[in-house]
Amino acid sequence: MNAISLSPFDLAIAAGLVAFDALLSVLLRLRLHRQILIAAARMVVQLVAIGFILRLVFSAAHPVATLAIILVMSAIAAREIAARPERKFKGFTGLALSGTGVAIATVVTVGLALTTAIRPHPWYDARYAVSLVGIILGSVLNAGSIAFDSLLGGVARQRGAIEAQLALGATFDEAVSPLRREAIRRGLLPVINQMSAAGVITLPGIMTGQILAGLDPMEAVKYQILLMFLLSGGSGLSAFVVVFGGLRRLTDERQRLRLDRLRD
Amino acid sequence: MAEPAPPPAPETPPPRLTLRDLQSPLAGPFTLELPRGGCAAVSGQSGSGKSLFLRMVADLDPNTGEVRLDGAPRAGLAAPAWRRRVPYVAADSGWWRDRVAEHFAPDQLARARELAARLALAPDLIEGPVQRLSTGERQRLAVIRALVLDSPALLLDEPTGALDPDSTAKMEAILKERLAAGTTIILVTHDPAQGERLGARRFVMRDRRLEPAA
Repeated sequence: MNAISLSPFDLAIAAGLVAFDALLSVLLRLRLHRQILIAAARMVVQLVAIGFILRLVFSAAHPVATLAIILVMSAIAAREIAARPERKFKGFTGLALSGTGVAIATVVTVGLALTTAIRPHPWYDARYAVSLVGIILGSVLNAGSIAFDSLLGGVARQRGAIEAQLALGATFDEAVSPLRREAIRRGLLPVINQMSAAGVITLPGIMTGQILAGLDPMEAVKYQILLMFLLSGGSGLSAFVVVFGGLRRLTDERQRLRLDRLRD
Repeated sequence: MAEPAPPPAPETPPPRLTLRDLQSPLAGPFTLELPRGGCAAVSGQSGSGKSLFLRMVADLDPNTGEVRLDGAPRAGLAAPAWRRRVPYVAADSGWWRDRVAEHFAPDQLARARELAARLALAPDLIEGPVQRLSTGERQRLAVIRALVLDSPALLLDEPTGALDPDSTAKMEAILKERLAAGTTIILVTHDPAQGERLGARRFVMRDRRLEPAA
């Protein structure tokens, strides 16, 4: 590979664009300059930190190191999904649901990729496992948090409609089926957009990165297609688990709507 | 040794609706028996627990105690089956589809149109969108949704709260018919005279307990 190495000076020039954004904000009184600069600084620190950590994990070449970093990344994603909805479950229910969703979605998709398409030796080679988890967690997070937010916001808003059906003898399943469909649909929209735009409207980040790093475009495309399939699988599983699990917690053995399990 | 003879069948049938120590952390305990065709009218200040009471009978809020329909315990029925027999109509009607007709099963529509006509609702309302209904129209149609179930009991939360005197009289006429046909009704009302007109046992909800009205 003949990747062109970037020097700190190259990055500093690109950082000028961020400074330009900040300057615009000051001139137009958008009051965004602080946020822009903090976000940019945060991004640099986070990425540099993960770069060092990945270097360490790669050189350790030990399954425990690989699993440890995957666990930390997954835990952060689960926390973000649970934190996103405006209405939240009391106690640790939200975290338990998002944790389950993240775990199932990641294990299934990454496991599938590592055991079929990409078969690294050894299987725990962090270069593959951690990168795959990283990219899939993004989609899992997106789908899971949007679906979860849509479910919990919708159930509180549609309380009258749901209980009116229950009160006439509908099952809980019947009463919440439009809500369930809507929450999962919303969760899957980002990955559907991503797939339909790929290559026509956007060149996906991974592919661009690989091409910039010197890989043949067709090779990069194959990886990208594989990843897109994994992302859609991860999105679907994540949305499905948080929505079905969330609905189970929103009812009980007498098929009531238990909004009392949400925080006020 | 001879088997003991089975006890003779009771002369009187069990009450239609039996509530014994029905309670939750929010309201109760409530104990009440209503015969076939019996009616209980509950009034009381806002927030006194009238709606909570009906919701507990319908099993929409967690509760403990004993509830029976014609002697059969509520716990022996799946919750949806129970609520089909003892449907509850909230004061605030809920709608889950765009058009009114979609809220009825196809085989209920003819009955619904008939009842709507008797409640002075324009015939095209049922075909139209829910959005266009007034509060009073919504309320009448929500009660019709429960009436078409032909259930042995009905729980009605202010079924005439948003209606003018004329519509109220029409609704009461239908309720009286149902009572005469054996349906048992518990209704919440702000109008003490309504209970009297329906020949109901009257109760006042005070501090989340039922008391016989003076």
